[in-house]
Amino acid sequence: MNYLDLFLSFFQIGLFSFGGGMAAMPLIQAQVVDRHGWLTMAEFTDLITISEMTPGPIAVNASTFVGTRIGGTLGALVATFGCILPSCIIVSLLAWLYFRYKNLSYIQGTLSGLRPAIVALIASAGLSILSLALLGEGSFNWLGGLMFLAGFLVLRRWKPDPILVMLGCGVLGGVLYPLLDGGF
Amino acid sequence: MGHKNKYWTLFLSTLTISTFTFGGGYVIISLLKKKFSDELGWIEEKEMLNLAAIAQSSPGAVAVNAAILVGYKVAGLPGTIIAIIGTILPPFVIISVISLCYTAFRDNRIVAAVLRGMQSGVAAVIADVTVNLCGTVYKETQVLGLVVMVAAFAASWFFSVNVLWIILACAIFGVGRTWYLHHKEGRA
Repeated sequence: MNYLDLFLSFFQIGLFSFGGGMAAMPLIQAQVVDRHGWLTMAEFTDLITISEMTPGPIAVNASTFVGTRIGGTLGALVATFGCILPSCIIVSLLAWLYFRYKNLSYIQGTLSGLRPAIVALIASAGLSILSLALLGEGSFNWLGGLMFLAGFLVLRRWKPDPILVMLGCGVLGGVLYPLLDGGF
Repeated sequence: MGHKNKYWTLFLSTLTISTFTFGGGYVIISLLKKKFSDELGWIEEKEMLNLAAIAQSSPGAVAVNAAILVGYKVAGLPGTIIAIIGTILPPFVIISVISLCYTAFRDNRIVAAVLRGMQSGVAAVIADVTVNLCGTVYKETQVLGLVVMVAAFAASWFFSVNVLWIILACAIFGVGRTWYLHHKEGRA
């Protein structure tokens, strides 16, 4: 067990994963499965399933998971720290530059081109989740569709904390899906 | 608001948001926007989109990058550190616990049903945020912004173009437009 290896592997994952989310997966696999053999391919598949079921970025989930399995809590801390360190350095620097120079007309111009793209990417991510919720199990999931519509209307009408809507749908799903599938 | 209060609100906000962020970076950006722009009014909506663009174009997890930028905006370097801790603490604790008994968790029917329900909720939140943001983009850049938005959406959704290419193309478009406007002004 070598904490330095763990740190360096996840540092590379943090440094070279652009684009977020699933884009980091092949990198994680290359380091964790192929290079160091810390996880088998089956365990890695489990890790992805668990990452999708739990909150948090997949790279952070992977660091904690792999770190815990091979070096306990200290291993998890080392791996997670390695994974976020490149972000901390690079993004802090960019933050400093942005708040210092954001009024330059070319920076303004670039960002005004990027803002519509970000809205489009948010919409696209939302649609992926919606299609997973509605079509993920093969047949059309009308309960999921109703909950989506209800959640959307509640958000537009009363503007509650969005977390309440997410939790509400979770509780409804936890009760209604098992009932629909034939009881607990 | 005193410094201590601000730090505490920042920590609790990032912690709660991160605890419930299933489904990747854009979900967290939607929630950050709701919390810090709509509810607290600490970050303008337009600025939030700028921060999202920077978070997306930097290496690493979008959620962590966005937390760094939001923390920096709200309270400088201490804010950055607080926001990072608030963001990574929930997945760290949850995965640490789950890694001990993950097969039981993975195969539990109730857990699966709750998560399936939450997908609908997450989709509803993103739809709500998208509608608001479309309005913002339209107010700011009129039809041109909508055209860029539809093109970027089509590239991402129908043609699965890598996000980085979309960001790069839109950045070049923004620079070109600025150059053109300057040029026109220079002549007039």
